[in-house]
Amino acid sequence: MNPVNYLYLAALLFTIGASGVLIRRNAIVLFMCVELMLNACNLALVAFSRMHGNLDGQIIAFFTMVVAAAEVVVGLAIIVSLFRTRHSASVDDASLMKL
Amino acid sequence: MSFPLLTATAAVPAVGAILTAAVPAARRTAAKWLALLFSLATLALAAVVAVRFEPGGDRYQLTESHAWIKDFGVRYELGVDGIGVALIALTALLIPFVIGAGWHDADPLETHSSRWRPTQGFFALILMVEAMVIISFEATDVFLFYIFFEAMLIPMYFLIGGFGDRAHTGTDENAAAQRSYAAVKFLLYNLAGGLIMLAAVIGLYVVAGSFSLQEITAARAAGTLDIATNTERLLFLGFFFAFAVKAPLWPLHTWLPNAMGEATAPVAVLITAVVDKVGTFAMLRFCLGLFPEASKWATPVVLVLALISIVYGALLAVGQRDIKRLVAYASISHFGFIILGIFAMTSQGQSGATLYMVNHGLSTAALMLVAGFLISRRGSRLIADYGGVQKAAPVLAGTFLIGGLATLSLPGLAPFVSEFLVLVGTFARYPVAGIVATLGIVLAALYTLVLYQRTMTGPVKDESIRTMPDLKFRELLVVTPLIVFLIGLGVYPKPLTEIVNPAVEHTMSDVKQHDPEPEVEAAK
Amino acid sequence: MENLIALLVAAPLLGAAVLLCGGRRLDKAGHWLGTLLAGASFAVGLALFADMLGRDADDRLMTQHLFSWIPVEGFQADLAFHLDQLSMTFVLLISGVGTLIHMYSIGYMEHDERRRRFFGYLNLFLAAMLLLVLADNYLLLYVGWEGVGLASYLLIGFWQHKPSAATAAKKAFLVNRVGDMGLSIAIMLMFTTFGTFAFGPVLGAADETSEGRLTAIGLMLLLAACGKSAQVPLQSWLGDAMEGPTPVSALIHAATMVTAGVYLIVRSGAIFNGAPDAQLATVVVGAVTLLFGAIVGCAKDDIKKALAGSTMSQIGYMVLAAGLGPIGYVFAIMHLVTHGFFKAGLFLGAGSVMHGMNDEVDMRKYGALRKHMPVTFVTFGLGYLAIIGFPGLSGFFSKDKIIEAAFAKGGTEGWILGGAALLGAGITAFYMTRVMVLTFFGEKRWQPDADGHAPHPHESPRSMTVPMVLLAFGSVFAGGFFSIGDRFLGWLEPVTGYTHGHPPVSALTVTLATMVVLATGVAIAWAMYGRRPVPVTAPRGSLLTRAARRDLFQDDFNHVVLVRGGEHLTRSLVYVDHTLVDGVVNGTAASVGGLSGRLRKLQNGYARSYAVSMFGGTAILIAATLLMRAV
Repeated sequence: MNPVNYLYLAALLFTIGASGVLIRRNAIVLFMCVELMLNACNLALVAFSRMHGNLDGQIIAFFTMVVAAAEVVVGLAIIVSLFRTRHSASVDDASLMKL
Repeated sequence: MSFPLLTATAAVPAVGAILTAAVPAARRTAAKWLALLFSLATLALAAVVAVRFEPGGDRYQLTESHAWIKDFGVRYELGVDGIGVALIALTALLIPFVIGAGWHDADPLETHSSRWRPTQGFFALILMVEAMVIISFEATDVFLFYIFFEAMLIPMYFLIGGFGDRAHTGTDENAAAQRSYAAVKFLLYNLAGGLIMLAAVIGLYVVAGSFSLQEITAARAAGTLDIATNTERLLFLGFFFAFAVKAPLWPLHTWLPNAMGEATAPVAVLITAVVDKVGTFAMLRFCLGLFPEASKWATPVVLVLALISIVYGALLAVGQRDIKRLVAYASISHFGFIILGIFAMTSQGQSGATLYMVNHGLSTAALMLVAGFLISRRGSRLIADYGGVQKAAPVLAGTFLIGGLATLSLPGLAPFVSEFLVLVGTFARYPVAGIVATLGIVLAALYTLVLYQRTMTGPVKDESIRTMPDLKFRELLVVTPLIVFLIGLGVYPKPLTEIVNPAVEHTMSDVKQHDPEPEVEAAK
Repeated sequence: MENLIALLVAAPLLGAAVLLCGGRRLDKAGHWLGTLLAGASFAVGLALFADMLGRDADDRLMTQHLFSWIPVEGFQADLAFHLDQLSMTFVLLISGVGTLIHMYSIGYMEHDERRRRFFGYLNLFLAAMLLLVLADNYLLLYVGWEGVGLASYLLIGFWQHKPSAATAAKKAFLVNRVGDMGLSIAIMLMFTTFGTFAFGPVLGAADETSEGRLTAIGLMLLLAACGKSAQVPLQSWLGDAMEGPTPVSALIHAATMVTAGVYLIVRSGAIFNGAPDAQLATVVVGAVTLLFGAIVGCAKDDIKKALAGSTMSQIGYMVLAAGLGPIGYVFAIMHLVTHGFFKAGLFLGAGSVMHGMNDEVDMRKYGALRKHMPVTFVTFGLGYLAIIGFPGLSGFFSKDKIIEAAFAKGGTEGWILGGAALLGAGITAFYMTRVMVLTFFGEKRWQPDADGHAPHPHESPRSMTVPMVLLAFGSVFAGGFFSIGDRFLGWLEPVTGYTHGHPPVSALTVTLATMVVLATGVAIAWAMYGRRPVPVTAPRGSLLTRAARRDLFQDDFNHVVLVRGGEHLTRSLVYVDHTLVDGVVNGTAASVGGLSGRLRKLQNGYARSYAVSMFGGTAILIAATLLMRAV
């Protein structure tokens, strides 16, 4: 199969993720959309790696996964504590630092 | 390697500033004495510089040179010519008086909190300014100069904004707002000037490939470095703008009255007598030294601006109701004279301008510090609140009069020598400008004598003046030496002219100008 | 001997320094110290005079070089003294009259708690005035010139708790500063013309330059002289200067300082000789002032102001004489010296009268004082006879010569100038007779002062009368002494030069005409004031009288044009500075602030909108990159 198709898929996933980040207000959904974007990037990296016959992309994809895992831990912790204090998972409600 | 005298002269006050700032909150009297001690040590070092300097020797003496930022060719290069020596001496001389006069200025800000130490801060900032000003007078590397030229704004900003005059009208909040307005205005004006200068500094590096004043001047004189006419003019304008803001020259002057009015009298002296001198000094050293052709090109405009400054500053001084703002406008008029002398490009004019810088420092310090003592007694800066002070405090009135007479350049006092030299130097090349400038001497008499008449003479205004105490011992100790210097340099200015003359000759040869010949070679 | 010259200046300067810095400890002895040092200066002057007389006429110049004052390249000013016959004349007049007035002040200022300071200022004045006449270059002369201005300022405003005194002092200083502008421009012109401003080289080379330059220098020197000597148009300060204590009026505003302008013109004779236009201006100024002062003097009821008008007028004579060139220089100085005697004497007499009359100055409230103050009456009377030029007394010799010289100018000019001088002599006789009659003759018109104390006129103490007697002695005999064998002419001629004039009419005719005019003036005054009772409050008077009382509206003109105009100018400039110059800057700051206020709205704090801008930005960047690739 033509590897370029994987790139199209990655672009599609990325766009879905990005739109989700821009449109949705629920922090959990937002979070999942960010993950989606990250994974789209991973897919693109792996696809490029295949296209160029070079393992660098795959290695970076592993890094990304590790970082994403760490991010999930920190992010979810923040969301949980936010929900506990403010009883809402909407990002617009977390506006304490706004002028 | 010989002892780095110039570095030491600048480092001593800097170290003093750090030590003063570190004094514990409870020991604030110790902080004052420490600051005074360090300022006196600086004075001693400045005296050594003046003695070690040989008027007939090289142009720059006591030089030090070390690589600093190799990649950009920035060097730590110090050296003084006669003009620098004179101004370093002035700075080192005035700071002990500033400290002595401001002895109690920070006291009202003292609280019982141990973390906030206004006294320590006040004196540390003054010493910090001194260190930066001295190194600006010493730097022969353009970039090094620029750094300290700009850096001195920071301590000055805090001195103006943080330690205002207690004698204000209206509420405390109102006064605080005015003070911060003045401080911000000071900072913004000077930063704007500085940024334009930074561009010109970078431009100079691109064109000349060096930041070293001596190298560039030598290369220009030898003809190995050719700068296109337009480039030179642009670079000149960049430098000149910054110095004209600092000096200040009309129409860039409006920050000075605010800053001097809102700051305490000693800080006002620091602004006009010390910090502003860096501006006029730099015109003489950098504008004329680096860009002789462009300086000549700009001369007509600069002369007109200087003349406007002289007349306009004096007229506005007449119209002021606030004692300190009056002195500020008088200073603007005097800076006009200094700039006139520099750009007249005659040896009399430039020697006169250099002496003027020194003498104006002394005379303004005398007038402003006595005015400060007066204001602190009555708690008002308005001229209308005074009258008949002479009756209650004759010594205060007498010293105030002497300060005023120095400001109007009475012959026999130091400012006369410099003012007359500037006038003669200007007249020799530009007779009309010389005549217009002499108007300044009439106007100076007007604002000084009106001030004296309204505050000191006439019937005693009210009870607070009737019971006004005369000058205290500490205050006399501050004022008397200034008066002695004013009279001494008025009668015998030769030690100063001997140091300054060779430096002026060098500057004159930089700009390739000769004094106009007299019409008749008088029979000797 | 020459090394003593500095001592002339140093003695009073030391006195000033000690008295002004000494503090209250010196209150008891200060006036003695001041008088002693003034006397010391006079003694040194006499010693130098004796030495000078012992030399040949051509070898009388003494110089002393102290040190180089301002050395800058071509600009060399020295602190050096130059004592020739002209300076010597002044030195003796200044220190001599000065010492007498110091003595007089001991009594006059006895009850003033600030007497020590008064003597300090007087000493300061003497030092500055001696420096003025001893300087060997114009710049040093300028120092003395402003120094006497300062002393005059301090002394006019000595009673500075009175607002009028403080204002008068300030006015005197300011008007003088306008004149000083002239002097400094003259010095600058000399520097650019001759490369120096020392007397010797400048005056020696005066004929090597163009007439235009000399005229410019001469006119500027004349401006300076007008300021210091209260000549039209800078005369307005002298009348107000009478606010000062009377000894000050006698010393500074009659005998010495105000004659400095005449000294300046005579000293710069070589310049004026080469500049006929400047000379013409000088004689015009002199002639106008001598009439102006005389007219003002006629209308004033304040005895000191009447005498001030007279001073102005007499100095007008001197300036007129000095403007006539070598023919007049000697007589200008001679009149200056005799005037120094009689006018100082008159002022001291006026002071003595005021002392006895509770400080009343209005002559309409005097009258019949001759019996109560005999010494004052006699000395004042001799001074009066001297000033009007009564034959045989000092004023006669000096003034007559000036009138002759004016006629000798020749042509229409000569007739106009001579006529003016003659007319002036008549008016002088009129107003001085008026002063004399109002004060010493007629009815008692004494009024109680503000506190209700009726005056009890009494003769002044010895310390005051002795100087008056000595000055009266000078007023009577000085002129005759100088004129025997043209002694004064022979003394000064080596310095000032002299040419004989040829008046269109004989000298005897001029003298006779003067006598006739003089007698007419006295007769009119006697008829108006001696034979009729004098009202205590001044009648409204004719238009001319009212104008003369207001100094011929010169002050009103100054007030409206300069003072008011200046106030409006400064006020509008303060406004301009605040709104326009500062406004531009503040306006820039405000517009930057407004712009950033708009931009701030973009930062709404929602993470989403930041994300949108991030994505938008990235998208635009990518699109741009692709587009560039494609092209």
